[in-house]
Amino acid sequence: MEALWLSIKLASCVAGILLIIGMPLAYWLAYARWRGKFLVESLVALPLVLPPTVLGFYALVAMGPRGPLGKLWIAFFGHGLAFTFGGLIFASVLYSFPFAVQPLIVSFEAVDRRLLDASAVLGAGGLRTFWRVILPLSLPGIVTAAVLSFAHTLGEFGVVLMVGGNLAGVTRTVSIDIYDHVQSLEYAEANRMALLLLVFSFVVLSVVYAVNRRVWTPWEAK
Amino acid sequence: MLIARIRKERPGARRSSFVLDVSIDVFPGITILFGASGAGKSTLLDCLAGLLRPDDGRIAVGGDVLFDSERGIYVPAPKRRIAYVFQSLALFPHLSAEENIAYGLQKLPGELARERVEAILQAFRVEKLRKQKPGEISGGEKQRIALARSLVTEPRVLLLDEPLTGLDAELKAAIVDDLRAWNAAKGIPILYVTHSREEVDALGDRVITLDNGGVESSGAPMEVLSAPRRKKLAQAAGFENFLSATVLDLRETDGVMRVRLGESACQIEVPLGYATAGSRVQLAIRAGDILLATEKPRGLSARNVLDGRVVSLEQRGTMAIAHVDCGITFVVHMTPGAVRSLDLAVGGKVWLVLKTHSCHLVD
Repeated sequence: MEALWLSIKLASCVAGILLIIGMPLAYWLAYARWRGKFLVESLVALPLVLPPTVLGFYALVAMGPRGPLGKLWIAFFGHGLAFTFGGLIFASVLYSFPFAVQPLIVSFEAVDRRLLDASAVLGAGGLRTFWRVILPLSLPGIVTAAVLSFAHTLGEFGVVLMVGGNLAGVTRTVSIDIYDHVQSLEYAEANRMALLLLVFSFVVLSVVYAVNRRVWTPWEAK
Repeated sequence: MLIARIRKERPGARRSSFVLDVSIDVFPGITILFGASGAGKSTLLDCLAGLLRPDDGRIAVGGDVLFDSERGIYVPAPKRRIAYVFQSLALFPHLSAEENIAYGLQKLPGELARERVEAILQAFRVEKLRKQKPGEISGGEKQRIALARSLVTEPRVLLLDEPLTGLDAELKAAIVDDLRAWNAAKGIPILYVTHSREEVDALGDRVITLDNGGVESSGAPMEVLSAPRRKKLAQAAGFENFLSATVLDLRETDGVMRVRLGESACQIEVPLGYATAGSRVQLAIRAGDILLATEKPRGLSARNVLDGRVVSLEQRGTMAIAHVDCGITFVVHMTPGAVRSLDLAVGGKVWLVLKTHSCHLVD
């Protein structure tokens, strides 16, 4: 049960952080007219194609006591980042990046440009236009981004194993826990956990799809 | 008063690029911006509002310079105080009518903003819709709300991009009356884009016509649109008959010339133009300016009477449209009542009567 709780805590943190850093980035990717934009887009999409071991490996190197991030972390907090909950969050944020940013870009781009023009001629600057027009009209996309990054983090295995190891209560998430049980031939235990994760994921996704549908209808209906 | 000189090149599809190059003065009151689609009307409005940056030129309202390419001045859209009602209206779908209208008033203290919203809701007669979202509101009322949202900010200039398309004439007139009443007190320049001839007649104090990115003519609606100098403009202005003709002889003392229509034997008298005998000219004639008679008319001031046969007759709304073959085919508009009382039918013999000055020469 401790493992499940840890997984939920990790997934919530990651989803929250991704929304905060994902929104400005997605805004920029959706509206900027810079030629080199495709490079940033590729970078954001990279975790989709890389095996988690590759990402985990580099994350681990960066966070190690001799890596740049690890040194910085030690200087501020006095202990290393690898094999801690903080390190797990960092690696998971990287790994789930496209799952938050892509739906945000899609929903920002879907907002009618003339609405943004209307906001501008009515005296609103970029920030006010974002809060009053883009954000409310992208709500379904934002919910999708939050849920996808949450669910994706909940289900991750490789990255967690690479950078977090298997410390009970610190880095042992549900997926690791299940793997452990299977390795020790405790099938009943593994099954209990797996079933729990399955049901939980299904319920969360159902709630989101239901909400999304309701949010959409009044604005789509002409 | 709005004074603008704008040059803007827009890359188009397949290497062709569109160049807007205009110089306009817009006085207080309603000025119609008239032109076929693709003439550059929306590009011009976007430049004036600050949504597009011109390549070159100068825009000033009152004494305030909003854009000057030489001095490097560019005031962004939110600071221009130029209101713009888009063709799509662009009401915020997630906000109620009231919230839409209050959107541009964020800098005013709450109490004052509420008063202004209240006043404009009443001026445009939409108080009952205040809590409704745009999706629940009918077309004409959405247009009123879009106007109210723009005007409540007390703009210095109002740009309207075909704001009343799709409304019936009565509703249009009612909204225009409300707009006029509002502007009677404010007296700001209003630039009103349309390609509907009726709106020009009903609305405009002045007309500026655009063609292919440039100003073609400007002045009072009657001057500009009654004697169109270009075929494209004439088409947009509702001239149904375009005929090419050969000049036979000039009668300078009468201010007329005789021409032969197309390859037919028809000869008519038209106003004198810059032409010599034997040269080709283009004529534009409104279908509504042609009279029909079932007997050969006599004792008329009109100089041109042609005989022909009705080749088709159809009724469209409150208007009857006839095609008459006189060796060359004319389109003639009349009322359904006229069709009944003349007992017109396809194949029937008729006479066409054309005043000399209903025949306009175009380039």
